Formats: sequence, structure tokens, C-alpha cells
Amino acid sequence: MIRYMMSLLAALMLWALPAIAQDSGPLRIEITEGVIEPMPYAAPDFVGESAEAAEMGRNLARVVASDLTGTGLFREIPAQAHISRITSFESPVQYADWRAVKAQALITGAVSVDGSGRLVVKFRIYDVFAGQELGNGLQFVGTRDGWRRIAHKVADQVYSRITGEGGYFDSRVVYVAESGPKDQRAKRLAIMDYDGANVQYLTDSSSLVLAPRFSPSGDRVLYTSYETGFPRIYVLDVASVGRRVLPTIDGTMSFAPRFAPDGRTVVYSLTQGGNTDLYRMDVSSGASTRLTNAPSIETAPSYSPDGRQIVFESDRSGTPQLYIMSAGGGDAQRISFGQGRYGTPVWSPRGDLIAFTKQSKGRFHIGVMRTDGSEERLLTASFLDEGPTWAPNGRVIMFTRETQGAQGQARLYSVDISGRNLKQVQTSGGASDPSWGPLQN
Amino acid sequence: MTYLSKTLILCAGLALAACTNPDRFEDQNSAGLDGVGAGLAGSAQDPTSPAYFQQAIGDRVLFAVDQSTLSNAAQVTLDGQANWLMTNSDYIATIEGHADEQGTREYNLALGARRANSVQEYLVSRGVAPNRLKVVSYGKERPIEICSEESCYAKNRRSVTVLTAGLGS
Repeated sequence: MIRYMMSLLAALMLWALPAIAQDSGPLRIEITEGVIEPMPYAAPDFVGESAEAAEMGRNLARVVASDLTGTGLFREIPAQAHISRITSFESPVQYADWRAVKAQALITGAVSVDGSGRLVVKFRIYDVFAGQELGNGLQFVGTRDGWRRIAHKVADQVYSRITGEGGYFDSRVVYVAESGPKDQRAKRLAIMDYDGANVQYLTDSSSLVLAPRFSPSGDRVLYTSYETGFPRIYVLDVASVGRRVLPTIDGTMSFAPRFAPDGRTVVYSLTQGGNTDLYRMDVSSGASTRLTNAPSIETAPSYSPDGRQIVFESDRSGTPQLYIMSAGGGDAQRISFGQGRYGTPVWSPRGDLIAFTKQSKGRFHIGVMRTDGSEERLLTASFLDEGPTWAPNGRVIMFTRETQGAQGQARLYSVDISGRNLKQVQTSGGASDPSWGPLQN
Repeated sequence: MTYLSKTLILCAGLALAACTNPDRFEDQNSAGLDGVGAGLAGSAQDPTSPAYFQQAIGDRVLFAVDQSTLSNAAQVTLDGQANWLMTNSDYIATIEGHADEQGTREYNLALGARRANSVQEYLVSRGVAPNRLKVVSYGKERPIEICSEESCYAKNRRSVTVLTAGLGS
């Protein structure tokens, strides 16, 4: 799969006037301040130097617009409304024409194919009302097959220059693709771009697979499979799709594996004699250390981004609640105290929040709280929402939503941590247990 | 034990592979009607047959919400399972623990393991050799009833004792 191995050459090109400081300029979305009105922008077709490049330019602009509009923070001014046409990347922008259609931001681009057949994409972002460029133009070079990635990279630049936050569009999600009715459900691992494009299946559906998790660099995936008839932990290399089972103790079940930020350590649940505790394993040696030792269920662990702590789910109090302990084990502090049952805690990549599943009064919610359990906010409510995963910038959460009844089906949804912009992620069939990988290089 | 009735009717018509584990992948609504009398698991009238174990004794016990303790009815069923296993020493068994859909995936895996373990401990306490019993949890992954109501959930919160012909046979 060449497109997955593509190395994108990101070359900084300074065309513009000496850089004008734009960081405090008017073209700015403060995500934390509750955006009500999305910022209007225009993204006309990128200019192509040949017929092929022109078509590519159209497609690139559409993916950039889909990324930006999909955040709920931006609103596209459709092409029919445009007064100016961008026919040359280098010609001066007619700001008045873009002001007239109320576009605050304008994104222009140009596409060409270089001597080695690689796609070369240049783009610029304009602050229409200030009448100047926002930052410098950039150029990305990549394979033709990887054109969507280039578009995501452009959109990430636009997003991060206007919001001041890191982007998340050039990222992938590993998940469980589901098919068949509820009592005969087949599951297999799949990987896709964050927007549902470029699906690739990583396992067949001959064995039940559950809850994959990306490694910090996105090169490997941990998951649970019933390949042996019993739940065991596997690690899969994304590029080669080769997998191996991690060692365990005979007569036990192991599941719920997650990487530590170092990418070498795995925390997981091991069930022995009906009791489930947390263990830590060194992936290369296979040596495990026990972290909890309680008659209750300890599962669904997640490392803090600095690797020093683990948040997990335990029913030691009688119902499932969230606890934090040192990465080496030992005493744990309970952090969830609201009404209901709490599970699947996931530490945000920024370290400030913990996302979780909450069950209360017959409904399921995805929520976030601070790491001390304060400021709990529920972002969703439905018959069954579970298993949050964070976008690389810690601003968006993806999760599984399953519908009720005999025809019930699981799908992936995403929502801002503000609770806005809830939407389904496009997948060709049923989908569950997403794990959002890092921004790609 | 009305929950057994549907299993009983279905299993009368299912082949061995399906019948030794009725939870897996048959069409619960129609598959049972065709091969009536196939009886590869033996006749339910033959007390040494897996069919008898499954239908006359009962291969499953049910649990209350969030619980893994065995009810009186469950203990009666398991007493029968223990006696059968001790009499028919050629068989080994895998005890499958299951949960209903009202819970998160991994918690339910652990909960199903608690249920299967309760059954295993009970069977061992009644004399079954521990090395003849394996446990596995499917959590909420393998419901037999698919509605989202308590009537279905009650049947899905179960442990099923699945027989396999052991080394001795």
C-alpha cells in the first residue's frame, strides 16, 4: 500500500512579502470561547496546470472544504456565489470580490505534477477583511495516490493558523468493522482516514476481535482476538499487517490492552479465577508485572500523556467508577462521584481531561471531566454510547453509538468537547471501538 | 425454567456442531425446523448424550443484573450438570460467561468471566475435576436474544456449559 507508506515532503516556500505577524489578527477562532457562528470562507478549485491537475485541484479543494466545514467552526461560501474566479495562483487576490460574498478567509491553491510524477500542491490562506495573507504559502509534495493526505495537510494548516490549535485531519482511525445481525455479528479490524476514506481491512472476520488501540506513533495496533478460542492480546504491524500474540498465563483471559506513551509498555487486563486485574507488560521481553490486586474488576486502563499515571475502571466500590493510580501500581484515587456508572476512561492527549462512558437512568453518555474528577460535562446521550477516543489535538472525541432493538447497529460518531457538532463518521457498514491515531508525518 | 423451552425446541432439530453450542451462529428463527431428528448429538432420551445434558439437564444458568451469584434454580441445574459430567467422564466442558448489552464492552467481558467462574467453582465443589473445565467470557458479544428489553436481557445474562468430547473418547 504505497499510499500508506508515502513520505510527504513538506517544503516551506517563502513567496510572500516579509512575514506579517498574524497571530493576533482578526482572522481567529477561539475554540474555547464557545463559537456560535462558524467562520465563512471560500475554497475555490485549486488551479491545475493540466487537465489531470485541474481535476485533482477540484478534488483537493473539496476535501479541504469537507475537513474545515466538518469541524462546525467554518462555513463554506459555495462556488456559485463567488464573484472572482481564481485562474492563476500568482495573480493578486481581488479582496473586494471576496468581501462582497462575505468570505472572511480565502484558501487558494495550485496543483502540478513534477518530473518524477509526484503531486506538488501549493496553497495560501488570505485574511479577506485585512486584505493580506495569513502566514506564508506552503507547498506539499507527495504521491498521486496520497492526494487526500495532502488535502488534509492543507486543511490542518488552515485550521491551526485560524484556531491556534493543532490540526487533526491528517490522521487515521483503527476500528472494528461489523456485519451481520446482532446475534451473528462478524467483526474484523479495519483502518481508515479520520473522515472514513481509504478503508483497509487488517484481519478477516473468522475470529471475534475487540477494542483496537494505536501505538503512540501509529505504526502498530494492539487488540483482543478470540483466535485461540480465548481472548488474548495481539500486536499488529500496520505496514506489513503481520501480527503476533503477546505471552500470557495458561488458563487466563487477557484483554483491554493499551500502549504507554513510550510505545514499549502495554497495560492490560488479565482474568484469572474469575477476577480481573491490571498488569503491565514489556512488549519486547513479554515480562508482565501486576499493578492491581483486588477481588473487584479492574479494566479499561489509559495512561496519562506523560506516562506517569493510569486512569482505569473498577467496581471496588460496588459499581464501576473511575480511578487514577501511579503507572507502577499501588493506591488509587477515585475521581468519579456523580450518579451512575462510569467506564472506559481515556486520558486526553493534552493531559487536561479524561473522557469516559457514563451509564445513568437507562441512558449512555460520553462525557469529559478534569483529571481530579471536577467539571464533569456530558457531551452525548443515547441508548448506547461508549468507548471515546481523542483526536490528536484533544478537541474532538470519536465513539461508538449503537441503536436499540433487534435491528440495532453500531456506528462511529464524533463530537466536539464542547458538546457541539455531533455527527456520524461515514463507514460502509457497522463500526465500533474506534482508536484515533496520531497526526501523520 | 421456561427459558429452556425455546432452546429445547430448537436443539431437537439442530445438528451436533450447532447443538453443542446453540449460541453460535444459527438462525434462531428458522434453522431448527429443517433437520428434525438429525440427532447427531444423540437422543435427548439417552442420558449419556450431550443432547440429554443440554435439554433434559439444561446447559445454561441465568444471572441477575450485574450479578454472578447462583440462584437456587441455577444450583439445581448445576447439580445435574455436575452429576452428568462425573458419570460421563469422556467429556470436557467450556463454561461460557455472557452479559447483556447494557454495559461497556470490556467491563462486560470481566463480568462474563465472573459468571463463568461462579459456575466452574460450583461444579468443582460438586466433584468435577477442575482440569475438565475451561472458562471463557464473551461479554456482550454473543447475545442469543436480540431485543433491547429485559425479557431478552434476562436470557443473555447467562453461563453456558459447552461439552467437547475429551481425550478419553
